[in-house]
Amino acid sequence: MNQPHIRVENLNVYYGSDHSLRDVSIELPGRQIIAVIGPSGCGKTTFLKSLNRMVELAEGARVTGRVLVDGEDIYSPTAEVTAIRKKMGLLSQTPRPLPMSIYENVAYGPRIHGLNDRRKLDEIVEFRLRQVGLWEEVKDRLGQPASRISIGQQQRLCLARGLAVEPEIILADEPTSALDPMSSRRIEECFLELKKDYTIVIVTHILRQARRLADYAAFFYCGRLVEHGPAARMFENPTQRETIEYVKGIIS
Amino acid sequence: MDRRRVEEAVMKGLMKAATLLIVGVLGLIMLTILVRGIRAMSWSMLTQTPKGGFYLGREGGILNAIVGSFYIAGGATGLAFAAAVPVVLYLNVFCRRGSRTAAVIRFLLDVLWGVPSIVFGAFGFLLMLAVGLRASLLGGILTVSLFVLPILCRAMDEVVRMIPTDLLESSYALGATRLQTAVRVVLRQASAGILTAVLIAFGRGVGDAASVLFTAGYSDQIPQSLTRPAATLPLAIFFQLGTPFPQVQDRAYAAALILTVVVLATSLLSRRLGRRLTRHSIS
Ligand SMILES: Nc1ncnc2c1ncn2[C@@H]1O[C@H](COP(=O)(O)OP(=O)(O)OP(=O)(O)O)[C@@H](O)[C@H]1O
Ligand SMILES: [Mg+2]
Repeated sequence: MNQPHIRVENLNVYYGSDHSLRDVSIELPGRQIIAVIGPSGCGKTTFLKSLNRMVELAEGARVTGRVLVDGEDIYSPTAEVTAIRKKMGLLSQTPRPLPMSIYENVAYGPRIHGLNDRRKLDEIVEFRLRQVGLWEEVKDRLGQPASRISIGQQQRLCLARGLAVEPEIILADEPTSALDPMSSRRIEECFLELKKDYTIVIVTHILRQARRLADYAAFFYCGRLVEHGPAARMFENPTQRETIEYVKGIIS
Repeated sequence: MDRRRVEEAVMKGLMKAATLLIVGVLGLIMLTILVRGIRAMSWSMLTQTPKGGFYLGREGGILNAIVGSFYIAGGATGLAFAAAVPVVLYLNVFCRRGSRTAAVIRFLLDVLWGVPSIVFGAFGFLLMLAVGLRASLLGGILTVSLFVLPILCRAMDEVVRMIPTDLLESSYALGATRLQTAVRVVLRQASAGILTAVLIAFGRGVGDAASVLFTAGYSDQIPQSLTRPAATLPLAIFFQLGTPFPQVQDRAYAAALILTVVVLATSLLSRRLGRRLTRHSIS
């Protein structure tokens, strides 16, 4: 197995008095697709968002424990939150293009991090759009509002936008749940291609999708990490009762 | 017919009657202004300042009031906008959702919104006395800007608040700071609504008489500097209606007509421009 890319130690998340993530410890391997699965409300989104400190934007959220990315604790008081987030691209459930053109959406990340050279930006935009297979579809209308392209294209645009800040990790929260089957396939293909260079953590409700994509899987139940391991073993030979029932489709 | 059908018919009739009443009153107002205003309306009303004996029914126009109103409402809206943008960004981007501070600020702005403009006028007047400023263009601009500030803040706040949280989050996720997100995403997404808010504020400012009564003064000249008194359309209506001469009173209606057209044009403009600005907005 690769050496761990992300190490989570005794992570707890509270929303007000709600204890939503309970003592989670896990090591996530690098350059693999890690599927986070579990029934609704079990804390999958919370777990994902605690990996890039987005969780602390929620009202009354409190985090204890450590999350080490490349050995650095992202919750240490000296950690720079914008630098941490730059390391991780986030893909949300509904694609949220920014209120600007297709081009500017991809250029946004590099721009906020100080790049203004038009030629370099052009290169980045083309490269990232090609990477997600969108270039041919939009190259003639880069100046159009991003809201004009289809939802599936918007999701790939959001992926390109995330990749443009050169992250090492991609966090995806049910990235295909708003998409049609064809668009979902294309996102999945992107992920399989991207895992050569990136660590991808994907939350999904779709067990079949998890089986198709995942190298590693983590099963959450009621805020606890019940079981985790290589995907093949998790889906063929789960050991915990809840995992068995979930994988068999008894609980959902 | 059964009971529910009768109920339905009666209520529907009442709703129609109420709607008709409102539309009727509005139509009557417009008609009055139009009929009486047209009589006194002329090219010189729009292009000339009052000449000698204007208020007795002789030559001249109310260009001084038209220009004065634009100066004051424009200056005040600009000033209020400069103050409102940081307030609104603070409330929506820097305060967390559900923050107590934000709730208190919003409440205070609502209270201020409800304060009658004459109170702002009186306050502005005191403020000017304290710093030794006489009734002037500057005094009017400052007072009207205080008056429209809460309107502008809350109107902008309402549109900015509608922006979905995850739109901001997708900016943060790229490593953007709050300031970058505020300026590049929030202002852009809300630009159409912000423009509408600005024009609403302008409309309120241009039509208000009480706030400029003591603070801007009145003058037959177009103000040449910030420290000179300035005429305004609402006061032009007020003073001319107060004279005993019917022709001069008609001129008051002409001024009212001009003011109404300005306000109408403002809201039409906000619709036009609003549509263009929503081009990039995410729905
Ligand atoms: N912003 C929030 N404020 C308060 N409680 C929250 C917040 N977000 C999540 N929670 C609570 O935390 C728990 C875990 O929620 P989370 O969204 O992480 O679940 P999930 O596994 O992603 O669910 P789903 O599959 O439905 O997306 C839930 O009980 C939820 O009510
Ligand atoms: Mg979720």
